[in-house]
Amino acid sequence: MFLQPLTLSLSKGPSLVQGLLLLIAALFLALPAAAQNLSVDINQGISRPLPIAVPDFTTPGTVDTAAGTTTTLGEQVADVITNDLASSGLFRPIDQLAFTTSVSMPDVTAPRYTNWRTIGAQALVTGFVEARGDGTITVGCYLYDVFSQQALVRQGFNTTPRAWRRAAHKCADAVYSRLTGETGYFDSRIVYVSETGPATDRIKRLAIMDQDGANHRFLTNGQNLVLTPRFAPNQETLTYLSYAQNRPRIYIYDVETGSQRLVGDFPNMSFAPRFSPNGRTLVFSQARAGNTDIYTVDVNSGSVRRLTNTPGIDTAPSFSPDGRRITFESDRGGSQQIYVMNADGSGQRRISFGDGARYGTPVWSPRGDLIAFTRMGGGKFRIGVMRPDGTGERLLTDSWQDEGPTWSPNGRVIMFFRSERGGGAQLHSIDLTGVNERRIDTPLQGSDPAWSPLRP
Amino acid sequence: MKTAISRTLLIGLLVTATACARNDEELPPPPPPQDPVQQSQTQTPTPTPNVRDTVIPGSMADFMRQAGADRVFFALDSSTLDAEARDTLRRQAAWLDQYENVRITVEGHADERGTREYNLALGERRANAAATYLQQQGVDSDRITTISYGKERPAVEGSSESAWAQNRRAVTVLSGAAAS
Repeated sequence: MFLQPLTLSLSKGPSLVQGLLLLIAALFLALPAAAQNLSVDINQGISRPLPIAVPDFTTPGTVDTAAGTTTTLGEQVADVITNDLASSGLFRPIDQLAFTTSVSMPDVTAPRYTNWRTIGAQALVTGFVEARGDGTITVGCYLYDVFSQQALVRQGFNTTPRAWRRAAHKCADAVYSRLTGETGYFDSRIVYVSETGPATDRIKRLAIMDQDGANHRFLTNGQNLVLTPRFAPNQETLTYLSYAQNRPRIYIYDVETGSQRLVGDFPNMSFAPRFSPNGRTLVFSQARAGNTDIYTVDVNSGSVRRLTNTPGIDTAPSFSPDGRRITFESDRGGSQQIYVMNADGSGQRRISFGDGARYGTPVWSPRGDLIAFTRMGGGKFRIGVMRPDGTGERLLTDSWQDEGPTWSPNGRVIMFFRSERGGGAQLHSIDLTGVNERRIDTPLQGSDPAWSPLRP
Repeated sequence: MKTAISRTLLIGLLVTATACARNDEELPPPPPPQDPVQQSQTQTPTPTPNVRDTVIPGSMADFMRQAGADRVFFALDSSTLDAEARDTLRRQAAWLDQYENVRITVEGHADERGTREYNLALGERRANAAATYLQQQGVDSDRITTISYGKERPAVEGSSESAWAQNRRAVTVLSGAAAS
């Protein structure tokens, strides 16, 4: 019951490469109720991450696949899981050089606990990669409490060999979820704006990558200025702003096919788009005669509804995960501040009141309990969070210019971009507790990150 | 004494003149006849500075000369036109009044010290402020397009107050002007 139910993903076209992850529940027995003695408290800003051992995944027989042999894949799967767990800051994967035993097929389901206990491992992840007759592979994923000698996770994923990384991320998510009590976020992607060239003539391209930086590819060629890409709930569709034909307007882009279309045909600049939680609506801004207001547009019918109608700049709207409310920023009160309103535009209310500071780019957490923002004050732009009623404000970063937060699918990590004085921007992430700040490596410079929902 | 000296000087000057003439003979042949435009210019009795200038009427260079600048600047987080900005726009409008075939795009920009979406809106507000003032000075709204680039296209690089001041701007870009 604590296993995350995975849905079937039989996607179209290129899915043979990308998707087709099947949970083979039948192969794996249900496990006893959660053991209470091994868990990770993710609310404390972990100072002592949990020691965990992730030996290479073994194979019942070395077989060539479209992505290398099952033996090689087993080593790579363990690497990806190790990297995922370490990046969360909650786990301390033990160096494989310290291991006193290797793992063969029988050890996968019956670990030699003593060997793992002696090197200080509290948790152990084992698994295998098996080639199947139909050209797919099965990745078996097991988690053990080394001290209580209990199995905590038994899960298997069937996938095309080329999508092996996703199976590894799914395994890491299962481990994370079982030990923290929260859903994971490793099997997810980042879309962002790749930047290069001088500030006065910057080339910007949409780019997409796995959450860990793998499978990076550019989606646009840099001919047009592009900004603020955001995922649809289906993780396969994006909305973003393009200056194609020198007219800043909103587009919807299909990641798999590369096809795109203009949303509406507004006479004025339309920008700052985001999907509603059901994916059927975009909320966005339209500027007209020096006045910017917030609208929604039905993605299919194109019907438009105006939500704000006050003098000033109302922009950067973001839906609550239940779709009932929208947070946005407005300078109607004299300076840029954060507001919340109902999804029909009623009940508009200011929630940010930091002394003398401006607030922008509010983004509702996927858990619904917090709103992340950029706070501008004291010569700094910092990322912070507050409750939707404006209480509990907490700043997470401290730098010259941090901006544009986006939430991990489980609402535990925030990614943003950091601009350097004099030019240049890079993606960074930080835990909700304010620890584990990391730079996210990208081939070029990067800005405007958006984290996808967890992939099915 | 005096006359002797004068005579000597005179002779000296003559010699110099002869030498100069000889030097001239050694130089390449004189340039071909001037083109009609230059001839007509030289025939003008009292040439004004404009006539000698290479600036072509109706060109971007002409616009810059008459308007003084193609851009106006703004204070932090403001779209208010100050006296200098209004003067520049008045002169731009006067020029545009002479060349009614020229259309313009007013580009609004912000400095880097604002968030992405807000700066897009702020740039639009600045472009609109400049465009509205031009209309008030008689430029037909059909000739004006506005676009905001937010903080995406700074005029100068750098993170100094002076760089930011130069980047908070609205720029009038001509289309259909005479080639310079």
